[in-house]
Amino acid sequence: MPQTLDSILLDQLVEIVAITENAISPKLIELGMTKGQKIKAVFKAPFGDPIAYELNGNLISMRKEEAQQIEVILS
Amino acid sequence: MKIALLGNPNTGKSSVFNMLTGLRQQVGNFPGVTVDKRVGEFSTPKATHQLIDFPGSYSLYARSLDEQIVEDIMSDSSHLDYPHAVIYVADAANLERNLLFFSQIYDLGLPCILLLNMVDRAQKKGILINEGLLQEAFPNAHIIRSNARIGFGKNRIIEAIELLSDAGQKEKSLRQFEFLSNAQSQQKDTEARLEKIRNLGLIQQSNLNGPKQAKTLDKILTHPVYGYFIFAILLLIIFQFIFSFATIPMDFIDAQFVRLSLWSSAVLPDGLLSDLISQGLIPGIGGVLVFVPQIAILFLFISLLEESGYLSRVVFIMDRLMRPFGLNGKSVVPLLSSVACAIPGIMSARTISDWKERLTTIFVAPFMSCSARIPVYTLLINLVIPSKYLWGFLSLQGLVLFGLYTLGIVFALGTAALLKLLVKRKNQGFHLMELPDYKAPRFNNVLITVFEKVKIFILDAGKIIIAISIILWGLATFGPSSRDQHLEQLKQSAVYQSAQISEQESLEKSLLLSESYIGHFGKWLEPAIQPLGYDWKIGVALLSSFAAREVFVGSLATIYSVGDDNDNQRRLIEKLKYERNEQGKPVYSLATGLSLLIFYVFAMQCMATLAVVKRETNGWKWPIIQLIYMGTVAYLCAFITFQFLS
Repeated sequence: MPQTLDSILLDQLVEIVAITENAISPKLIELGMTKGQKIKAVFKAPFGDPIAYELNGNLISMRKEEAQQIEVILS
Repeated sequence: MKIALLGNPNTGKSSVFNMLTGLRQQVGNFPGVTVDKRVGEFSTPKATHQLIDFPGSYSLYARSLDEQIVEDIMSDSSHLDYPHAVIYVADAANLERNLLFFSQIYDLGLPCILLLNMVDRAQKKGILINEGLLQEAFPNAHIIRSNARIGFGKNRIIEAIELLSDAGQKEKSLRQFEFLSNAQSQQKDTEARLEKIRNLGLIQQSNLNGPKQAKTLDKILTHPVYGYFIFAILLLIIFQFIFSFATIPMDFIDAQFVRLSLWSSAVLPDGLLSDLISQGLIPGIGGVLVFVPQIAILFLFISLLEESGYLSRVVFIMDRLMRPFGLNGKSVVPLLSSVACAIPGIMSARTISDWKERLTTIFVAPFMSCSARIPVYTLLINLVIPSKYLWGFLSLQGLVLFGLYTLGIVFALGTAALLKLLVKRKNQGFHLMELPDYKAPRFNNVLITVFEKVKIFILDAGKIIIAISIILWGLATFGPSSRDQHLEQLKQSAVYQSAQISEQESLEKSLLLSESYIGHFGKWLEPAIQPLGYDWKIGVALLSSFAAREVFVGSLATIYSVGDDNDNQRRLIEKLKYERNEQGKPVYSLATGLSLLIFYVFAMQCMATLAVVKRETNGWKWPIIQLIYMGTVAYLCAFITFQFLS
């Protein structure tokens, strides 16, 4: 069952399956968010937004609305 | 040779730049935009080369103001800044992603050096790079390992540059890169490139789990309670430095310029030139340099926090709070810095990559009550607010001061929200940001930043400040010929003749100011400011304090012929308290006093801020709109306050 990246639990390793195409999707890809990439949420800002994700040993901070464009499955 | 320094953000690009050029560097703007362009020089045994530091970018396809510069220049080989060669800085700990932008640059066919920077951190993370495969994939690139923060790799870079310039323009490799204009094909190309890089299998051992310590630190620093608490403590320390310790060098600079001014007027032969130098030019230069301690201290802290990696965590915890106002987390530092002084605050807005968010931040920053408003607030509060306590412990004067600060913040955020509604934007703002690893700041990099910011302020904003202060000096010094007659009349008067010499001087000064052009202008303005509760004397003080808000106090002292120093502040307050208007009522009533306080919360009474806004927005349009907007808000709010209370 695919979920969007903003809704996953902390420290849960997931795999990216799709990215909605829009103005910022190329930017997401440049940061390494491609299909098949493993990613996990590591901590959240107060009020639960933005969220810090770890991929390839890097920390990337994303707003919820940005993370919503990324579909993931449990890995 | 002209060499471009390119790379992703947070790869230690500026460390590489500082390592190669040292202090042989200059900061300007890229043509037409306010994005820092650092240009430096360095020498190899045979030649001297020019190094241009480009803004950090993730791709040749621009998504931000900074990246647009890179795209514009690298896609136009006839551009003045188009390089002959490229030094590409890659984070060795993060190689695959860093190679995306490199592969685009490589395909442009320029001779290039690929720096695997921060090799120490890659090692710590247990990352091994197969350099043989990397060289196979990019046969024309010189691959060098470096750790610029400790100066490792410099000699090998210089050798490689020497080789590149020897080979010269002879062997031009093929240009294989085509700029794609359509967003979809850009994305396809990017995905294909990443796929290819991944399939190279460059990374031999990768460790997905970062260091444990850093994660614990992050959880504390971004915690809903501790996170804000630690940030508040840091702010407290920074403000402590600015308010208490910056005043020491500021007072020193002030005193030296007063001495210089007195000295020059004693040494130079009497006359207009002497007055221009000792009362116009020297105080003007002093008025520029007096800001230097605040700017230096603030940027010292900002760049320490930035170098350490903490600043991006501040952005992270503040982003949600700033979003409703059309700002983002990066606006926090400029706005809070403006509580000390709007000048470094506005200068630090450069880190905001979205132009609209940057402009909004710059536009509203001067509403924050800065330290120059304090003398005005203190004088007026002491004058019209009784020193009473509410419920026995809450100081009424303190409450009013608190209210003034709050009012500034409310209007800053309110204006930002208004701009969010009014100014249409092409693309939606986003917050996609790397949170870099924590590391000990390099003092060298910090000092270079501080030095550059101070230099920019003195050279760019300084000219405008000195020009305006000379104009203001001229208006306050010269007057129509009728002034001489008034002076004669004064000298004949009984008050004057029975006064002591020092009082006579004060009386003369007062008359000279009120009969000067600025004095006449104040009188001419009186009908316009009467609804706010001001007379022409206040008008003159308002006009002359356009130079800087604190001048208001000194101007009032001159007009009321009270000497302007600390001992006399009480005398000034006494004198103002007994000042009566034509109806025999006090001029400085509660209504007038509060209306003046409100006016100073809002009005852009600071030419230095205007000069800096002009530099940071690349033209006079925004500073003028800001001046008019803030002036209108100040006028209306002061009007409402006075009419309501009187």
